[in-house]
Amino acid sequence: MKRFGTFNIFSLIVGFSFLYIPIILLILFSFNESRLVTVWGGFSTKWYAELMQNQGIKDAAWVTIKVAFVSSTMATILGTIAGLVMTRFGNFKGRTLFSGMIYAPMVMPEVIIGLSTLLMFVALAIDRGIFTVTLAHITFSMCYVAVVVQSRMSSYDDSLTEAALDLGCTPFRTFMLITLPIILPAVVSGWLLSFTLSLDDLVIASFTSGPGSTTLPMKIYSMVRLGVTPEINAVSTILVGVVTLGVVTASLIGRRQKQQILKTQHT
Amino acid sequence: MNLTQTNPNFFKSIFNGRNAVIAIPYIWLLLLFLLPFIYVLKISFAETIYARPPYSSLLIWGDSWLPSIKASFDNYLFLFSDSLYIKAYLSSLKIAFISTILTLIIGYSIAYSVARAPNRWRGILLMLVILPFWTSFLIRVYAWIGILKTEGLLNLALMSIGIIEKPLMIMNTDLAVYIGIIYSYLPFMILPLYANLEKMDMSLLEAAADLGCRPFKAFWTVTIPLSIPGIMAGCFLVFIPVMGEFVIPDLLGGSETLMIGKVLWTEFFYNRDWPVASAVAILLLAILVVPIMLYQRSQEKAIS
Repeated sequence: MKRFGTFNIFSLIVGFSFLYIPIILLILFSFNESRLVTVWGGFSTKWYAELMQNQGIKDAAWVTIKVAFVSSTMATILGTIAGLVMTRFGNFKGRTLFSGMIYAPMVMPEVIIGLSTLLMFVALAIDRGIFTVTLAHITFSMCYVAVVVQSRMSSYDDSLTEAALDLGCTPFRTFMLITLPIILPAVVSGWLLSFTLSLDDLVIASFTSGPGSTTLPMKIYSMVRLGVTPEINAVSTILVGVVTLGVVTASLIGRRQKQQILKTQHT
Repeated sequence: MNLTQTNPNFFKSIFNGRNAVIAIPYIWLLLLFLLPFIYVLKISFAETIYARPPYSSLLIWGDSWLPSIKASFDNYLFLFSDSLYIKAYLSSLKIAFISTILTLIIGYSIAYSVARAPNRWRGILLMLVILPFWTSFLIRVYAWIGILKTEGLLNLALMSIGIIEKPLMIMNTDLAVYIGIIYSYLPFMILPLYANLEKMDMSLLEAAADLGCRPFKAFWTVTIPLSIPGIMAGCFLVFIPVMGEFVIPDLLGGSETLMIGKVLWTEFFYNRDWPVASAVAILLLAILVVPIMLYQRSQEKAIS
């Protein structure tokens, strides 16, 4: 039976062209000598040099990196616990609400999350700034980590934990010595996912940040509203590069994890 | 039973290690995800005032020891009296519905082809799908501005080949919004579809073929019905967030593109009308609560 035909090749070529041509053009025109983004005026890296002179962008990049680093680390801790609770704690009281709070933020429109989080901060008289953006980012990122960890836990062999507990190991030590090393690849890719989610977020950061805590996407957004410039292309290219590096790393980790699972199943 | 006797055991059973572990993420989500909605609900019943924060308090502490409650439905009545808001909700529903269908058709053909691709290609193809999913939304929408605008790359290319003489006006129209949505949300559709199609038992299709079923009919009667869970998950992942989309209609849409996410943003950031913005959010949430619950249920089913 014919499995992979001309239709499949055609849809892959058209589909991936659609997904990649806009990004490739964006990267290409960041190396354009001309200020006009649609006319090729020769190769140049001057927009990157100009970017390095732009204090506003550098400040925003620094804020973004700090927020992304702290929020992804916290989200990974909370999300890993949440993923374990979802898979290994059976039917506790309020489980439906818990899983609702894990899945809803992943589809909930960002304007709603941003507005509601901000209104609570205002009502509680918490000053808006890096701190509030970080709190908001932890909250939606931890849900993604929880789902990643949960899907890893579904192929986790419970007898290992049981053996450790039977031999008198405390639950905490069992987690640190047995469970965590096994699910570590999922935890690491959860961290990388949280980091890029925080790096990319415009809407929630716009609501929850205050003066002096402008993030890079907010800065890019205000530049985009003024028009298309090669400088935006340059900063976008750097961001795309960072994310690509992260995704390739995560997928290599994932591949190694899959091979490990296969190995343990064979032995 | 005596209360003093049961109490120690009762507390012991609550404050054990297991519950403490559950409590950490649970309390975090209650405080930072659920509690904020109560504030939105509360402020949607308040009045706009010129103050900081710009809304009136619902509880008025008068002379008596009990506060009086001053809530008004004015914000909601306002949403129904001004046709702008109703139009924006309906237009968001229409745009979200049409773009979900289009994304499903395009996403299905890609996911199906990736799932049927030779084994050694599949890993790299899947990574090519995931990569844009991780790349900034804002940047991917921005990339289309340079392509679609009147003096943009698409018009330049088409005019230099001679297909068109005058530039196409795509930028700042609904068409640009559809292109932006399909482009941005395509990976969200492909991933659950692929996860489903990859697991599909090929022997079922072989059985259908052996029994004389044409490939096209087998696709409609075997493949599609078996992939319904993937289709549902993908459609929810596209439809629900698109309903409240802000960035795409703001950057690619025109003045006549009405979407409720953009209306909410304008009310909040430009008009500084927090109570009306809250009412807009509550109504949007009311529309989305059923799809969100269906999505949650489909995901829970998928794990167990």
